[in-house]
Amino acid sequence: MPNNMFEKIWGAHEVSDGLIYIDLHLIHEVTSPQAFDGLRLAGRGVRRTDKTLATADHNTPTDGTMAARLIADELSRIQVETLERNCEEFGIPIYSLGSDRQGIVHVIGPELGVTQPGMTIVCGDSHTSTHGAFGALAFGIGTSEVEHVMATQCLVQKRPKTMRITYGGELGAGVTPKDLILATIGRLGTGGMTGHAVEYAGPAIESLEMHGRMTICNMTIEGGGRAGMIAPDETTFEWVRGRPGAPQDFDAAVARWRELPTDEGASFDQEIEVDASAISPMVTWGTNPGMVVEVTDTVPDPAALESPADRETAERALTYMDLKPGTPMTEVAPDRVFIGSCTNSRIEDLREAAEVVDGRQVASSIRAMVVPGSQQVKAAAEAEGLHDVFRGAGFEWREAGCSMCLGMNPDTLAEGERCASTSNRNFEGRQGKGGRTHLVSPKMAAAAAIEGRFVDIRDWS
Amino acid sequence: MRPIDVVEGKVSVLDRADVDTDQIIPKQFLKRVERTGFGEFLFYDWIRDGEIELEPNPILVAGRNFGCGSSREHAPWALEDFGFQAIIAPSFADIFYANCTKIGLLPAILDEEHCRAVAEAGEARIDVDDETVTCAAGVFEFAVESDVKYRLLNGLDDIGITLENGAAIDTFEQGGGADRGPVTTAI
Ligand code: SF4
Repeated sequence: MPNNMFEKIWGAHEVSDGLIYIDLHLIHEVTSPQAFDGLRLAGRGVRRTDKTLATADHNTPTDGTMAARLIADELSRIQVETLERNCEEFGIPIYSLGSDRQGIVHVIGPELGVTQPGMTIVCGDSHTSTHGAFGALAFGIGTSEVEHVMATQCLVQKRPKTMRITYGGELGAGVTPKDLILATIGRLGTGGMTGHAVEYAGPAIESLEMHGRMTICNMTIEGGGRAGMIAPDETTFEWVRGRPGAPQDFDAAVARWRELPTDEGASFDQEIEVDASAISPMVTWGTNPGMVVEVTDTVPDPAALESPADRETAERALTYMDLKPGTPMTEVAPDRVFIGSCTNSRIEDLREAAEVVDGRQVASSIRAMVVPGSQQVKAAAEAEGLHDVFRGAGFEWREAGCSMCLGMNPDTLAEGERCASTSNRNFEGRQGKGGRTHLVSPKMAAAAAIEGRFVDIRDWS
Repeated sequence: MRPIDVVEGKVSVLDRADVDTDQIIPKQFLKRVERTGFGEFLFYDWIRDGEIELEPNPILVAGRNFGCGSSREHAPWALEDFGFQAIIAPSFADIFYANCTKIGLLPAILDEEHCRAVAEAGEARIDVDDETVTCAAGVFEFAVESDVKYRLLNGLDDIGITLENGAAIDTFEQGGGADRGPVTTAI
């Protein structure tokens, strides 16, 4: 019987009915302390430290503080120090603040080559779906589950349904994977993928490089999906080859990985088709990622919505965002620009943004910053001189971390500030209380920084 | 976790769709390394701004897609610490639903109409074993997976149950099932 990729990976990891073996458990400072405490209380250890890896990212400062003990914010310092102490006590490898391998957990996994096709990967963070870009089954878990994986290397998991979204055609010039996933969520809604492992397929996906595939899988959770995945191919294999965690016998591994893609004739619980060539650069206007329009559109009118509940939600969002229906998106002017987060902070994202800002100046009304996804991304970017391009244009160039994606460190929006952000969530207060977030691609964010308002990157020069 | 078979009492209502975990427990409160004490920060911004009022009743009736967003288990911890023992909604985000069942906070799915009826009744009784919500407007059924129900009714934590099955994990690992993926301690 033909199987889809999810079924193959699930089947290979089922220890018993509903109990799944985990090949890689990634840990960070925010969702792990209570799990370690639980282990200690029960007198349990970590079953497979060799399948576990930790880093500090969520509330590490990006101002050049290079050791946990130097973090100014007391609670952040306690959390990072607690992680370091727990990892030492339980024998878990860690790349904490100060390590040249430190960075956002979903950036460093792939970068170190520990994210590989066919694996099951979990982390106490919903954007773990990012790793599915390699043809892995990867998803976020809660702290009780973190403790469960530590103690047993397994996870009790209800088998999700499967969905395939096939993208025909090719993305147009200036249109990026970020736009593709925002457009998809806009169409399906923030709950449209709930309960499903989603496979992204079709020519528009196959022609993408790994960073774009990661951006798409990353935001699966914004569509409510359990996991996002993309079939591994030559692009994937070449990306993994030579990285520190890559398999010793690489050819044998590749031979195994070639078996993973969905078989011809395999079925899914739900199939959706999208014409990629019809997708435009997107900008969110509201307070969830499904509230999104093409940059050439205007702010939608809630009165046009049928259900009273939807209307009320949209009205609330517009009040919060301080936007009027009918305003062209290209007249909306941000105060801040943030290029970073596990969605769009890889070297290729930074290159795309740098190309846009090269030789130009950030508008005087805007404060703009770039936060590389990891120390390695930062080093690579500096080796290419991207930091000079950004700084020359008036951007701040920061250390690696989650930073203003969630504003747990000092990088936050002030009340009422409007931000063009390459991150993944535009919830109320996400980037700071009262802050107004518009999600966009790196190119669109960079262009908005220069112009002082959103522009259609396709005809902007 | 303590066993739950019946949750009974007054109902608090939060009539909003897509309430995300950033609202339930804003990120500035995620820095604690303890598991308790999150209740006083529940819906911090909304309550402080006077946008909503919530009584710490045993039951919360919420809108569709409740608990979307981040995987933070701090959200169910905060709801539980605040005083809620059960949440009724037309739908829940996946991770949030799972997190609730892990800590013994009962998530019950009823359709919109029945949610509204329970909210209007102001009081209800949820029976986990029978899978019913009873209020002045009638008796409504909800579904809960049998293994989740077993854990809830017996107050069992997943780890204990899985470790009872430890031999199966040993067998899986020895049979080569654990050979995929990198050795993180050796890179
Ligand atoms: S960058 Fe943002 S979304 Fe990604 S892991 Fe960090 S906080 Fe979460």
